[in-house]
Amino acid sequence: MDFLRPATWAEALAAKAADPTAVPIQGGTDVMVEINFDVRRPPALLDLTAIGELGDWELTADGLLRVGAGVPYARIITELGDRLPGLAQASRTVGSPQIRNRGTVGGNLGAASPAGDAHPPLLACDAVIEAESAARGTRMIPATGFYLGVKRNALEPDELIRAVHLRPATGPQYFSKVGTRNAMVIAVCSFALALHPGERRLGAAVGSAAPTPLRARAAEEFAAREFDWSGATALDPALLARFGELAAEAASPIDDVRGTAAYRRHAIAVLARRTLTWAWNDYRGKAAA
Amino acid sequence: MTQTARGTGSDLGVGAGVPRPDGLLKVTGEFAYSSDLYLADMLWGATLRSPHPSAWIRAVDVGPALAMPGVHAVLTHEDVPGERFYGLEHKDQPVLAIDQVRYQGEPVAIVAADHPETARRAADAIVVTYEPREAVTDPRRALFDPGCPKVGPEGNLVRHQPVRVGTVPPTAEVVVTGEYEVGMQDQAFLGPESGLAVPAEDGGVELFVATQWLHVDQDQIAPCLGLPKDKVRLALAGVGGAFGAREDLSMQVHACMLALRTGRPVKFVYGREESFFGHVHRHPARMRYEHGATREGRLVYVKAEIVLDGGAYRSSSPAVVGNAASLGVGPYEVDNIHIDAYGAYTNNPPCGAMRGFGAVQACYAYESQMDRLAEACGLDPVEIRVRNAVSQGSRMATGQVIDSPAPLAGMLRELAAMPLPGSSCSPDLRALPGGVAQTTHGEGVRRGVGYGVGIKNICFSEGFDDYSTARVRVELLGDEPHILVHTAAAEVGQGLVTVQAQIARTELAELADLGAARVTVAPADTSVGSAGSSSASRQSYVTGGAVRAACVAVRERLAALRAEHPGLGPAELLRAHGPVEETREYRHRPTHPMDPLTGQGDSHVQLALCVHRAVVDVDVDLGLVKVVELAAVQDVGKILNPPALEGQIHGGSAQGLGLALMEEIQVRDGRVLNPSFTDYLIPTILDMPPMRLSILENPDPAAPYGLRGAGEPPTLSSTPAIAAAVRAASGLALPRVPIRPQDIALAPAAPAR
Ligand SMILES: Cc1cc2nc3c(=O)[nH]c(=O)nc-3n(C[C@H](O)[C@H](O)[C@H](O)COP(=O)(O)OP(=O)(O)OC[C@H]3O[C@@H](n4cnc5c(N)ncnc54)[C@H](O)[C@@H]3O)c2cc1C
Repeated sequence: MDFLRPATWAEALAAKAADPTAVPIQGGTDVMVEINFDVRRPPALLDLTAIGELGDWELTADGLLRVGAGVPYARIITELGDRLPGLAQASRTVGSPQIRNRGTVGGNLGAASPAGDAHPPLLACDAVIEAESAARGTRMIPATGFYLGVKRNALEPDELIRAVHLRPATGPQYFSKVGTRNAMVIAVCSFALALHPGERRLGAAVGSAAPTPLRARAAEEFAAREFDWSGATALDPALLARFGELAAEAASPIDDVRGTAAYRRHAIAVLARRTLTWAWNDYRGKAAA
Repeated sequence: MTQTARGTGSDLGVGAGVPRPDGLLKVTGEFAYSSDLYLADMLWGATLRSPHPSAWIRAVDVGPALAMPGVHAVLTHEDVPGERFYGLEHKDQPVLAIDQVRYQGEPVAIVAADHPETARRAADAIVVTYEPREAVTDPRRALFDPGCPKVGPEGNLVRHQPVRVGTVPPTAEVVVTGEYEVGMQDQAFLGPESGLAVPAEDGGVELFVATQWLHVDQDQIAPCLGLPKDKVRLALAGVGGAFGAREDLSMQVHACMLALRTGRPVKFVYGREESFFGHVHRHPARMRYEHGATREGRLVYVKAEIVLDGGAYRSSSPAVVGNAASLGVGPYEVDNIHIDAYGAYTNNPPCGAMRGFGAVQACYAYESQMDRLAEACGLDPVEIRVRNAVSQGSRMATGQVIDSPAPLAGMLRELAAMPLPGSSCSPDLRALPGGVAQTTHGEGVRRGVGYGVGIKNICFSEGFDDYSTARVRVELLGDEPHILVHTAAAEVGQGLVTVQAQIARTELAELADLGAARVTVAPADTSVGSAGSSSASRQSYVTGGAVRAACVAVRERLAALRAEHPGLGPAELLRAHGPVEETREYRHRPTHPMDPLTGQGDSHVQLALCVHRAVVDVDVDLGLVKVVELAAVQDVGKILNPPALEGQIHGGSAQGLGLALMEEIQVRDGRVLNPSFTDYLIPTILDMPPMRLSILENPDPAAPYGLRGAGEPPTLSSTPAIAAAVRAASGLALPRVPIRPQDIALAPAAPAR
């Protein structure tokens, strides 16, 4: 197996163009497990860890946070927790401290597992993935168009992920994940919510309950239509219940070793109601203040 | 592992909190496990395993594997030099499958190559033609349906052990019935099966291996290799946990066969997934219980049917069945008992020894029943247990009289009197069900408290000749008296090496008190007599007894020498006389088989009690559980090493917690669905709560130092205590462990009881 270690982004793109079968490796917390378990034996690994800029994040001129593909979860929690609370909460649930020190959002996107924890908050927050190839340059892919199937994403063979673009939170955000133990667990199902009160709408997304992570569109539309976005009133329990139902309906879960389809649907409804309650209470608190 | 420490007898003797020699090495990652073994010219072994739970083997073509560069040998059953079957109690398991496979993962062929990956690729290249056939996967059907295909040599019954005491009246004032199920738990040790076989000049082989009982391995390996026992020499390599899973052979014969065939050292290390197929698991159980009692909650009768799924081979299933039967009513006084315990052959993964060994499954059921009975009688769960508790002088279900202290009622009262933890209104998510995954900020969370009581037999039962051997030598090294303790007892992480040295210091205090005496515990190997297994909570008792006996013999020799040479100190004596060495075998008192029709007989050596109280917070909407606190009272007779003992109680309780809430090998149609630590979940530090412990020391006069085996009892009672607490919080019947989130969250709206 070849081990390629480009020192710059341009070199990395060139290497990927020269050998599209080369497998990028950032934190290695997915790649090394697959190699170790003999799931795959790629002809070449493309190590991105020498490219310093992938580990940086910045506030762009248009007010977006541009988070490098190589920023580990641990730094998202400590450095961006205030501006990206949903993603930070999701990061906090990933694996163990060791995994959070190594693992990255870029790697989560590269793996595109339906159970990846970064995906629901990225979807709920309208994130855009910055992909790039030597041949065609930069391509901005909205998260909603990024996940194509189980462990399949929208990257072309010669493309690499450079960064993720997200708006700093414009309202309360929450992430919830069900697992069968209290730490270090792959999601049985998960739910992310981001309120955008200025736009009188919210983003809602479901994880680990369909072949891909996905937005709960009907729940989002229902919230935009039915909620009192002045923030003056508490949410009617009937609205909460309906929101939960619509979130659950967005899922198309299966029975597997981690849980049953029926349980996943049920749990998503519970998570949707709870996260919405927390977010709405935060919002009303702010609106009242 | 060798331990050498300096100090005086009293601060390093029996009862002292002597630190373990392997502790620092293990937490710093420097400990050499069996998987770290290395020789420059060694080959790597790999195993081809059956993908089918049940199939005929029509043909095996090793040609493609042999043709691969780097491959040194590819062996099948035809290459087994000696006997083709082995087994712990009964030789029914083929070294390599012959004409059929009976479980998914059964070894079919083995390969030695110069690189582990080459070995694996070569194993994959072997072409096996299978003819799959119906797999028997329902143990009840295996046992009771005459039309069911036969898995075992004589049918599907491994053992049926009845217990018949008194008469079982059809009715009592209060009757509760229940059907309970225990899933298949795995020992989940962290160090996978591994070892290194080195061909020896005399035509024999030396095997360095992580195991629980060197001599029983030797007894099984030598005949398969067609070698006399003295040509198969074993030495213990660093053991990364055991819990019963290393009692049966895994790679031992395979490595030796390949080493003898190639003339090169051969190393095996199973991967994690392979490990799930490489050892036996805890028997899944289905149990029907009926308890009859007076209105006051005194037990009148217990009826039970216990079905244990032993999987494809016998392993230690007969003894597991014996335990389930003899301990099937728990530590309660009952005059009328009717138990039928069965072990079944199926094409599910083989099951055998795991911490608690048959007693765990029964305990979950009888304790669940005691809670139902308490409710039916309007009694508190502690009170119903106190009213029926055994004590010294009580008769067990087997008729055996408990002849050492068994202060169960007092233990329960002490447990119930312990303060309860406060409610968790903490804003820290880690204190809530779901942890930082933030599934609740308190919504749906209900508190529950539950109790569990367990009784476990210590040492091997039912007439087994259970002994250990110790050789103790005192000599001058560098002009200082030095004590060498040598046994074949396997240190599997329980702290036995430390305890052996502590015993030597106490028994040879006259040397140790010189302040200069050193004690070394020699590495365990087969150049000394058998120590028996590191299982059944028996090593402190039996090997501890042997070390003590050998030390006493040495002490007596020294005393005689001193009498001959008055005025000489220990060092001068040893200088004048030379080393003093004694070897002793220690046997506990004999036990007797259970009567095959009535189950009566003094089948056990010693009985040990542990009681648990669990406090849980349950998110009843999502079915997630946070165990807030576990409290336990255990009577150990005598504390040999306080931190080591507490570690055993913590660890045993954690393993019981795992069985209650998450640990299950999921098997469908004979196939394992979750052979990985991604999906076979064991408790993390956020799942295992702090423990409140009270450890009692009511000595057993028959045992060395009065001690009572301690490793298993906490594994029994923590499971039912946690299940009871979850029931109390949720109001649900929950007749199965592990309790899955959907069992709570999707339970029918009306509580099932
Ligand atoms: C013990 C353990 C626990 C875990 N727990 C969780 C968990 O709770 N939740 C969860 O979501 N995940 C979990 N994971 C999976 C893993 O940690 C995450 O998916 C993580 O985000 C991967 O990041 P990485 O940087 O390590 O990726 P890598 O392993 O380096 O790469 C992952 C994939 O992304 C591709 N890739 C990496 N960088 C790029 C790039 N710049 N451009 C294009 N493709 C790229 C790689 O080729 C590979 O296909 C766990 C893993 C382990 C080992």
